[in-house]
Amino acid sequence: MADEAVFEFLHMEMVAHIHREAVKDEKDQCISKLEALGFRVGQSLIERFTKECSRFKDELDTMKFLCKDFWGLVYKKQIDNLRTNHQGVYVLQDNKFKFLVQMSTGKQYMESAPKYLAFPCGMIRGALSNLGVNCIVTAEVSAMPACKFQIQIQRT
Amino acid sequence: MAACVAVIAKENYPLFIKTIPTENELKFYYTVHTSLDVVEEKISSVGKNTNDLRELYLGLLYPTEDYKVYGYVTNTRVKFVVVVDSTNASLRDNEIRTMFKKLHNAYVDMLCNPFYKLGDNITSKGFENIVKGMLQQD
Repeated sequence: MADEAVFEFLHMEMVAHIHREAVKDEKDQCISKLEALGFRVGQSLIERFTKECSRFKDELDTMKFLCKDFWGLVYKKQIDNLRTNHQGVYVLQDNKFKFLVQMSTGKQYMESAPKYLAFPCGMIRGALSNLGVNCIVTAEVSAMPACKFQIQIQRT
Repeated sequence: MAACVAVIAKENYPLFIKTIPTENELKFYYTVHTSLDVVEEKISSVGKNTNDLRELYLGLLYPTEDYKVYGYVTNTRVKFVVVVDSTNASLRDNEIRTMFKKLHNAYVDMLCNPFYKLGDNITSKGFENIVKGMLQQD
């Protein structure tokens, strides 16, 4: 259990630090900075995780890997629900998201929750971009600690 | 022992090429370049047995009169190409596989270096040393 706590604390401090150090007119760049951090981490992580896997057959295969193996290795659990409209939009639902579990349930901290989802969004985007899938990832919290990640694949 | 080792990025430009010191190194560069077509053909052949598609190791790409070319593609579409001397008949498939495994491990380790930006040319001394260990000793 100890090794998971280390990353959780580091992430909390990272979010707090970036928001603390931001100059008044750069406040809105905090989320992008965190997302960019997550992007680079996601790229390296996916390279390490897919080292032993066989090749992915198609996009759905890639998303399933993301939901099961990637999520399992990073957050020690799997995604609870994966939905798709088969037109490039995937919704990943996690009912007990790692970084939100420590915050109290209820409406009090809902506004600050998105700050803690920026890094995971970036990680998903980085992981997918290294696998050759360009996408936009957004997250929303309807009820703590559950959250939904929406992945929109950009087809060129 | 290989004659030439190359790492090619997802967008098909070379990240790293190292050859044994000969007079005509360009011919290795050409060989690696032409092998890219064969690699593309192998990964996109949908009609084949699904079993082949699942492996990362591509095997012998094509033999020329002096050399044999082997390929390996990762899930992130990074390609490793190894050219070995045909006269070195003692090299078996298993040894080539272990060579690719070592290369893949070295590449992953290098990618996790925060100072390395994805897509840049590989300048890591550690990676180069691993490759030097694989090249033919004269």
